[in-house]
Amino acid sequence: MPASDSILSASGLAKRYGDTVAVSGVSLHIAPGEIVGLLGPNGAGKTTTIDMLLGVLEPSAGTVRIGGHDLRREREAALSRTAFTASYAPLPGNLTVAQNLRDFALLLGVSRPGPVIERLLREFDLARFRDAKCGVLSSGEQTRVGLAKAMLNEPRLLLLDEPTASLDPSVARDIRERIRDFVSRTGAGVLWTSHNMRDVEEVCSRVLFLSRGRILLEGDPRALPGAHGKDTLEDLFVAVAREPLTLDAP
Amino acid sequence: MSRFSSRRVAAVLLRHFYLMRGSPARVVPLFAWVAVDIVLWGFIARWFGVLSGRGPSLVPVLLGAVLLWDFFTRVMHGVTMAFLEDVWSRNFLNLFSTPITVAEYVVGLVLSSLATSLVGLGAMLLLASLGFGLSFLSYGLALLPFLLVLFGLGVALGILAVALVLRLGPAAEWFVWPMPALLAPFVGVFYPVSTLPGWMRAIAAVLPPSPVFEGLRAVVAGGPVPWGSLGLGAALCAAWIALAAWAYAAVHRHAVRTGLIGRYSAETVS
Repeated sequence: MPASDSILSASGLAKRYGDTVAVSGVSLHIAPGEIVGLLGPNGAGKTTTIDMLLGVLEPSAGTVRIGGHDLRREREAALSRTAFTASYAPLPGNLTVAQNLRDFALLLGVSRPGPVIERLLREFDLARFRDAKCGVLSSGEQTRVGLAKAMLNEPRLLLLDEPTASLDPSVARDIRERIRDFVSRTGAGVLWTSHNMRDVEEVCSRVLFLSRGRILLEGDPRALPGAHGKDTLEDLFVAVAREPLTLDAP
Repeated sequence: MSRFSSRRVAAVLLRHFYLMRGSPARVVPLFAWVAVDIVLWGFIARWFGVLSGRGPSLVPVLLGAVLLWDFFTRVMHGVTMAFLEDVWSRNFLNLFSTPITVAEYVVGLVLSSLATSLVGLGAMLLLASLGFGLSFLSYGLALLPFLLVLFGLGVALGILAVALVLRLGPAAEWFVWPMPALLAPFVGVFYPVSTLPGWMRAIAAVLPPSPVFEGLRAVVAGGPVPWGSLGLGAALCAAWIALAAWAYAAVHRHAVRTGLIGRYSAETVS
């Protein structure tokens, strides 16, 4: 896929902390309407990569373009249609759901926030929690608030770092369906990190396996295990986590 | 290059408005400590007046100094409190993954502090006037330059404190609270700077409040507003604000380079 057609185009991303290499030579592209899984064991560099894509961590090398805008030079244009949510970054618990959404609507430059917020409260089944402090909500409810926040600016790029972590299967399925609906309706691109291979097989059209800061494998999550002599994506994940060097070639 | 967005500044303000509105624990301190200071120093000033035989003339000197110093302290603490709200709620990752710029964020903190410190100032003026007959309003607009210089230094010191906490981690919060008290002996809040030894006078010379409090005493004694001293105070203030802005920008750049924004609670000073 030509980089010019991509919603997200990252080239040669690297992050070093002294002698420690956290991420090295990561290049990835996401096309409109594509949900790409970023997989890898703990410490593989997934969150570091997402932080660099969000501009909250400066890469040691490489470039990030979002919607054709260089993140470093055109930060506002790049981030104005980008959204992020993660289970480890809940919205401030001392504000209500509605207050958090209004505040982030201003930050994200939403032009008529009132109707947008009302629609999102309905879509994410949050209307009854409108005046509840986010800190008292359950994990599933907080995840839905985070996703509602992420949809405020009708993002072209959605970065989801383990969005279904700690959710029960019913809520996780609900979240997956909402994100797929959003993508099919808007044509947004999604980068999705997860340790839940069911999530990945169900929603991702392409996956990237990250190991020790490098992209080791890339392909269709349904075809990739067979191509590497594994029965399931989970088996492939375990192999990447335990013996990454044996998977260098299909 | 991002354009400056007043909407994103408003977002910072809105968040603090919501926090204030729903929390007596945040609103009461805006009045409580300054009220305690005014009452305490009001009676001390009266007693000193009796002891010295100067009667009520000491009230405007001492109480006026306390009022201005508390205003400065509230401004400085207002900036840092607004920042600490983001620290306590671990909001950096959500906040800085939006298009907000460092300048917009800092301006939002400063305006939030302006709003809260004006509430405190109003309470102090009311209490000083009703309780001890101190009518600052009789000085009219002459009071404004004194307040502006102190506001400017409060902002500068607040931003420096924020930079310090961002650089060293949440545990560095305790540095914030005593900062005004550390400055107080040098700037002659209650006594002329000439009382100080040489080395303390040298430090006082680069601190904007020194000419403010010298000027306040001159005005209360019936003299004209010392515009020259105030001009010096304003110039020093501008230099401090520039220094603070540079320091915060440098610390924020470091935080983005090292990943501190995303993992702030780890307190990884490096």
